[in-house]
Amino acid sequence: MTTARLLVVSQPPHIPGPFSTRRIMLDVLIALTPAFLAALYYFGVGAFLVTATAVVCCLATEYLIQKFLLRKEPTINDLSAVVTGVLLAMNLPSNIPLGMVAAGSIFAIGIAKMCYGGLGHNPFNPALMGRVFLLMSFPVAMTSWPKPLINRFSVDAVTGPTPLAIIKEGLHAGQPLGELMPKIPGYLDLFLGNRGGCLGEVSILAILLGLAYLLYRQVITWHIPVIAALSAFLLSGLFWIMTPGSTPDPFFHLLTGGLIFGIVFMATDYTTSPMTVKGMCFYAAAIGILTILIRSFGSYPEGMSFAILIMNAFVPLINKLCKPYRFGEGKI
Amino acid sequence: MGSTPANIKALSFPQGGIHPPDSKLSSERAVRPITLPASIVLPLGQHIGAPSKPLVKPGDKVKTGQLLAEAAGFVSANLHSSVSGTVSKIDGVIDVSGYKKPAIFIDVQGDDWLDSIDRTPGILADISISSKDILQRITDAGLVGLGGATFPTHVKLAVPPGKKPPQILLINGVECEPYLTSDHRLMLEHPQEIMIGIRLLMKATGVSRAILGIETNKMDAIKLLTRYCDPKEGIQVQALKMQYPQGGERQLVKALIGKEIPPPPRGLPIDVGAVVINVATVFAVYEAVQKRKPLIERIVTVTGKSLKDPGNFRTRFGVTFDHLAALAGGVPDDTGKVTAGGPMMGRAFVDLSAPVTKGTSGIVFYPKDQSLRETLTNCIRCGKCVEVCPLGLEPYLVAALAEQGNWTRAEEEKLTNCCECSCCAYICPANRPLVDFIKLGKSRILDIMKKRQKV
Repeated sequence: MTTARLLVVSQPPHIPGPFSTRRIMLDVLIALTPAFLAALYYFGVGAFLVTATAVVCCLATEYLIQKFLLRKEPTINDLSAVVTGVLLAMNLPSNIPLGMVAAGSIFAIGIAKMCYGGLGHNPFNPALMGRVFLLMSFPVAMTSWPKPLINRFSVDAVTGPTPLAIIKEGLHAGQPLGELMPKIPGYLDLFLGNRGGCLGEVSILAILLGLAYLLYRQVITWHIPVIAALSAFLLSGLFWIMTPGSTPDPFFHLLTGGLIFGIVFMATDYTTSPMTVKGMCFYAAAIGILTILIRSFGSYPEGMSFAILIMNAFVPLINKLCKPYRFGEGKI
Repeated sequence: MGSTPANIKALSFPQGGIHPPDSKLSSERAVRPITLPASIVLPLGQHIGAPSKPLVKPGDKVKTGQLLAEAAGFVSANLHSSVSGTVSKIDGVIDVSGYKKPAIFIDVQGDDWLDSIDRTPGILADISISSKDILQRITDAGLVGLGGATFPTHVKLAVPPGKKPPQILLINGVECEPYLTSDHRLMLEHPQEIMIGIRLLMKATGVSRAILGIETNKMDAIKLLTRYCDPKEGIQVQALKMQYPQGGERQLVKALIGKEIPPPPRGLPIDVGAVVINVATVFAVYEAVQKRKPLIERIVTVTGKSLKDPGNFRTRFGVTFDHLAALAGGVPDDTGKVTAGGPMMGRAFVDLSAPVTKGTSGIVFYPKDQSLRETLTNCIRCGKCVEVCPLGLEPYLVAALAEQGNWTRAEEEKLTNCCECSCCAYICPANRPLVDFIKLGKSRILDIMKKRQKV
């Protein structure tokens, strides 16, 4: 009574797992939603236009390259290009000309991702590559920041420097820290996002909501965000203790610039971060340290993007050096 | 008999592991007997090691329990007839591996057992028999590990040359594979026999302690067996967390006694002073020693989401999967895949006329929409495979090295340590065929290692 039916033969496992690339990308987008909503609240229509342009240009670049250059089935359905687009937008000021956004998107996907072989093969974070490309090409547009909650319904914003720039330039000009601190928003405003800066980075509260969701969905583990924040906190704390009165305190460093956004959404990018927990810890600690070093001694007020990109370059080496503990290879 | 609480603080292994859905559809279904088919097929190689040597020829009349083929060497096992009838031929049969294997075909006539087998229902608790005789009866009965690896039990109980004798006996009642419930039912229905089996094995191996590890999804079994075990005899029931692969030999030993078996192919439980035996094998030891019953049947879980009447069947070896499926309500119409064993380590096969053998713990039917793998996409280097690997390997890396045929580096990265638990492929969001490549690499590298030894 052999039944005539076609059965599938494959290696185990024979049940589907809980994760898929598309679902992970969707989770990252969901996690980015609070930051995006905060950007809309503080920067208005400009935030929407920048994000929409980045997403459309990233998707189009990936689609066209796969379809016509590589001549294979486009994989834009995996949503990874959408994530890159949103992440790039979150790293831009809301008043940046949209042509520049398009250029940054094309660079991020075309050069930083597809040139290396596409999803999973890029050594550097594509969105950050797009941001740094724009920072070097259009330094003025990339460092004029609209003030929050003003002119939200027009793209002609009133601009002003970010808190990090106020402190850095003021200290450079020899002003005492005590005179500079009143010029920046209070820590509660910094936490809520009422300050100048890139779209996604301003509201720490919104970013932490996204982090909670990513942890809940097991998209990322706590290691990279927590250790990077801790190392940045400790090093800036050390500087603060060593040179009181001329260095901002460690909480200022955590609350300003793109540090929290960077360690939650950029440093945790799968492809460009280490594969083992041990490796992630070294990588994250180095990012925290490099960020504070660049902020304290570099010529740019913000060092987050560079710190992550520099550490991206070390990931293959970290993977080689940081192996997991092999069961049974130690003591009996 | 108070309700002695089991050691409720559940233990586990510390590294990796996953939590697949339990899907134990048949854990409430009591073990059922089967009807005997018109004919059966008994492959000669139902165990790890050399296939048994047939002692019968076509035309011979055999009784249930009669020796049909004897062990061909030390690492081999006897094979007994699971039915009475006439040997029709000795020929090849396609088993679940998909390959043709030599087998004895028997036409079933009645069910006439050998007189030496005690078929009375009473429980024989007396273990005055000598340890040498226990081992002899285990060898005679053709016992092999019933957890799935089918390693001959008498070999496992013998101390290999150059190794120290064991100090502890670990009983595997974990059954961490989703769907499977045969060990669970056995523990619920035969707790006393299992306890006697443990005492027999303790005597045979000369150890004074034994721990029976059971996952917490079987609290009823934990409670029941705790009630029957006597701490004065050195036997303890230990609850284990639900975490796959808790029943893997390395994970079980680590969870129960905190020691790590050195990596394969050399490392054995005896290196950490332990002997690990599956709970179904323990029951078979009881039957072989106390009842003189050779290994001719086992409990097989027949299950699947679309199956009408999933259940646990006391199945004679040599019965076809078709026959079992019919007893569980017939092969479901939407079946797209069938596995012998559970979904994490079981083997998918196509021909349901293959026979149930000593290693068959269950048969699972999967609906069509779950049978094909999801589309393969690029590795996104999420590191989840590294996170879940219970042996601390980097599956993404060793699989890629095997895919490239880079055997030297794959060996350096310890590819051969892999226990094939499939955690990595289960967790992979890109549906990479990690286990496929690792298994390929493993067989290639083990060949290379063997050749190197010879040189």
